[in-house]
Amino acid sequence: MAAELILDSMPRLLQGTWTTIQLTGLSVVIGFCLAIPLSVMRVSTLRSVWMPVYAFIFYFRGTPLLVQIFLIYYGSGQFQGFLSDIGLWSLFQSAWFCAVLSLTLNTAAYSAEIFRGGIQGVPFGEVEAARACGMSGALLYRRIILPKALRIAWPAYTNEVIFLLQASSLVSIITVMDITGVARVIAARSFAFYEIFITAAVFYLVLVYGVLFVFRRIEHRISAHLKVSP
Amino acid sequence: MLLKGARLTIYVGLSSMALAVFLGLIGALCKLSGSRIIRFLAGCYTTVVRGIPELVLILLVYYGVPTLIQDICALLGYELYISLNPFISGVATIGFIYGAFSTEVFRGAYMAVPKGQIEAARACGMPSVLTFRRITLPQMMRFALPGLGNVWMVLIKATALISVIQLPELMRNADIAARTTHKPFTFFFVASLIYLGITIGSNILQQWAENRANRGVRRA
Repeated sequence: MAAELILDSMPRLLQGTWTTIQLTGLSVVIGFCLAIPLSVMRVSTLRSVWMPVYAFIFYFRGTPLLVQIFLIYYGSGQFQGFLSDIGLWSLFQSAWFCAVLSLTLNTAAYSAEIFRGGIQGVPFGEVEAARACGMSGALLYRRIILPKALRIAWPAYTNEVIFLLQASSLVSIITVMDITGVARVIAARSFAFYEIFITAAVFYLVLVYGVLFVFRRIEHRISAHLKVSP
Repeated sequence: MLLKGARLTIYVGLSSMALAVFLGLIGALCKLSGSRIIRFLAGCYTTVVRGIPELVLILLVYYGVPTLIQDICALLGYELYISLNPFISGVATIGFIYGAFSTEVFRGAYMAVPKGQIEAARACGMPSVLTFRRITLPQMMRFALPGLGNVWMVLIKATALISVIQLPELMRNADIAARTTHKPFTFFFVASLIYLGITIGSNILQQWAENRANRGVRRA
């Protein structure tokens, strides 16, 4: 009976998997694009530049993701008037948008801190050498510091992406139908709690190993000169 | 009401941390054990638990375990109804998950203890249990502190998930208050500040504990 139920719910679970992949993928991509400039600002010596970034990172790393999701999804209701004035209210009404927004901000804060570690791990001699060659500012960052920092930070960043993939299960609480969301609905209807949740757990395990595989490949590629086996 | 919730959050956090440290020590010993089967089982525990989202495990334990037990009992011909206390199942799940994380922390810490120390203890005639208690464990704790601090930080934030199974901790109370007053932003924001306060407090404590544990270490 259990096997039948799991087979029957396969299409819905696969749809949920696709939602999870979309959510995580989108948040990782946008979060990555945000994290790079944030981490550069974080290592700035100007107080007015690094302080706000530090505050942002501190807040998002110091509070649970669930609070952040609720703050954005339910909390935005308190500013309904203002948000509809600037025409953003319809966006905040959609659970999907709020889910992506909170996951993105969360991962941006965590990865900015990881990349900061990477930037600070770049040997100073390399920066000096680049300066001696006449590189400065943006060129120095683009050609020397960021590629090197990314290589240093990549293993830690892989962990962060896996955490985000797992954290994306929280969006089921605000009614987004990801793997967990679908599993909860099916479980509530069929009372087959452990069968369905174990199936969902297996789905997540497969996704985690998929992410690990892809990220090891990228690591191998960007550190090819170091001969890291994938 | 929020403060009452915060107190429960800290209770849940502390009790699941105690469980996590206990499981972590056992897990680390199993991972370092000579028997291949025990090593394999411990390896399964850490990889599987770390690969599954906390929320899924919490739901699995809270809803799944009672039905599983009922089904087994029904097979054996007994008729009974079980429901788990949200506090106990929450603590058990969170402790179980972070036990896997602290296993890795303790394993790393164990390997950081110089082998010569253990050999010296053996040479003094200490049996293995005494060696572990007197030599390895105290030094391990010193190496494990930063890692355990990290586990605690993640753990205290993960306790917010227990609100899903209706335990009236900080998050749940904030949710109730937000619903009754129609001021969700205010309450969730205050709740987030309380979490931030807990984080900052534990950061300071961790710094103090590390300084104390390392007071015998000379630094260049």
